Amino acid sequence: MDLFLQQVLNGLTLGGIYSLVALGLTLVYGILHVPNFAHGAFYMAGAFISFHLMSKYGANYWLAMAGSAVAVAALATLAERLVFHPLRHASGLHPMIAAIGMLLFLEAGAQAIWGADFHRMQTPYTGIIDFAGVTAPVQRLLIIGAAFALMVLLHLFLRRTVTGSTIVAMAQNRDGASLVGIDANRVAMMTFAISGVLAAVAATLYAPINLVYPAMGHLVITKAFVIIILGGMGSVPGAIVGGLIIGFAESFGAFYISTDYKDIIAFALLVLILSFRPQGLFAKGAH
Amino acid sequence: MSRATLGWLALFVAGLAFPLMAGNDYHLTVMSTAYIYAIATIGLNLITGYTGQFNLAHAGFMAVGAYTVGILTVDHQVPFWVAFALSGFVTAALGAAVGAVSLRLKGHYFSIFTLCVGYIMFLVIEKWESLTHGTVGIIGIPGPSPIGPLVFDTPRALYYLVFFFLVLGIFVMRRIVNSLMGRSFMAIRNSDALAEALGIRLMRTKLLAFVLSVFYAGLAGGLYAGFVRFLGPGVAAVEHTFDMTMYMLVGGLGTLLGPLLGSISVPWITQYLQFLQEYRFLVFGPILVLLVIFVPHGIVGSWLGWRARRASQAAEPAAAAQRTTAPLKAVPSVSTGGQRHA
Repeated sequence: MDLFLQQVLNGLTLGGIYSLVALGLTLVYGILHVPNFAHGAFYMAGAFISFHLMSKYGANYWLAMAGSAVAVAALATLAERLVFHPLRHASGLHPMIAAIGMLLFLEAGAQAIWGADFHRMQTPYTGIIDFAGVTAPVQRLLIIGAAFALMVLLHLFLRRTVTGSTIVAMAQNRDGASLVGIDANRVAMMTFAISGVLAAVAATLYAPINLVYPAMGHLVITKAFVIIILGGMGSVPGAIVGGLIIGFAESFGAFYISTDYKDIIAFALLVLILSFRPQGLFAKGAH
Repeated sequence: MSRATLGWLALFVAGLAFPLMAGNDYHLTVMSTAYIYAIATIGLNLITGYTGQFNLAHAGFMAVGAYTVGILTVDHQVPFWVAFALSGFVTAALGAAVGAVSLRLKGHYFSIFTLCVGYIMFLVIEKWESLTHGTVGIIGIPGPSPIGPLVFDTPRALYYLVFFFLVLGIFVMRRIVNSLMGRSFMAIRNSDALAEALGIRLMRTKLLAFVLSVFYAGLAGGLYAGFVRFLGPGVAAVEHTFDMTMYMLVGGLGTLLGPLLGSISVPWITQYLQFLQEYRFLVFGPILVLLVIFVPHGIVGSWLGWRARRASQAAEPAAAAQRTTAPLKAVPSVSTGGQRHA
């Protein structure tokens, strides 16, 4: 039973991180209808910037996270302006290729600046809490707490503020949104900025229990894509539920099936589900 | 003889003469490797460029072909040519299975799904040690065995062997895209609803394009294994798919000549910019972005478009003026006319 609870904890940790990354992707998809393959590079950049702020400037963990969130938000907004905005009338293939170009550039850039080596990020929260036979590293609890707090915040922002509502409105109906005077450019930039913040925070939360390296975004981003296919592209609750499903599948799969193949579990689940339900689990209409 | 045919003949002669011009064996090796990737890229272009389904698992399929040859020849002592022939069919069979699931997904979903498939292939190759030797890789793959008097033991002989398969691949692809089948691929790219209304069986046609496309990847992989004689999971790295996407885009999506020009010229540029090797994407990333924004049809596509516009302007100025003001489709509209193209 303790081992089972341990897996629940792991599942929540992974699920929280995946959900944050998938949320950024799904918001951008909802607004621009572009799968932003470069989102994984934003995630990677977030980890490196935090790492840099901490190791070079001795910044405190939370300060580094804030700094990285601002920097990646700026990076994402810049990407929207320079790459996606000029391509807003292009059809499916081209924005995707541009996103890949951006991904390759950012990864090579990180490698040029910080090298191809693996780095370990320090965290002030190294303690372990023992509770009813379940050992929980503080950093993991922090991830769960922070990730879900951020999701609640995002939900409140989208539902309760006027600015948030413009994002929802534009995701639901682009033409309708512009008819009522919503500035599409401003909303697109803001959405990219939010997705950048989510990626940077997720990366800074997760990096201390993982490693920091240029290709670190690959697996996370592909899993985030699996999540938003499962959850329905553009759906916020879908991204959260999807993230948890994949998080749990992975932590239980690693434990009960095989650690070697844990990264494949998410994909296997995707193939299985799509074979029966090509439109994803929660998608309402056709895509 | 049409101008296009003449152009192809000139290219063929240049390819034949290349070993006479090449300064050393190293140049031959670079060119042969470029040809191998060109074969795979020409295949990728069939599904992505002609049929409009952006496949991101191509390097994975190439790796399947390569590992088919590696595993069969090294672990099971199968003769090279038998293994090579199988590499195409094994890959095509796997492609049929992947396509059966993924091609039911439309647009972005298909691309994302194939991206995931690409990663799965990489992970499986890396983890399935009993079959693929894991990260150690497969060493000592026998090169192409002699066929009668033809012995492939020099870089020059290997060059001609690879060149032969490239020419064969282009020839077959030209027949495919100019056939009714090729037309239905392009119809699907332009509008799958319209294609269906025309009586094209969507799923079956897409699957056919996909299987043919990965068949090319499999054979290219098989050649790669026999040429390099060493395999590691790196062959399946998704970056190679991105490389091939760039080759295709530089030349022009959905043209025959484009992927060939791209896959030959880009590696040479990389060769001469040695310092780029590790950081090639620092330059290639922005190039990809600039290409899709400013030259979405690639070199060959833009040229064909320019020629077609000039021809139609000469024929009917009024209609042409109207046509050029219409928003450009992302796929080259030039290849959708009735004409045979380069």
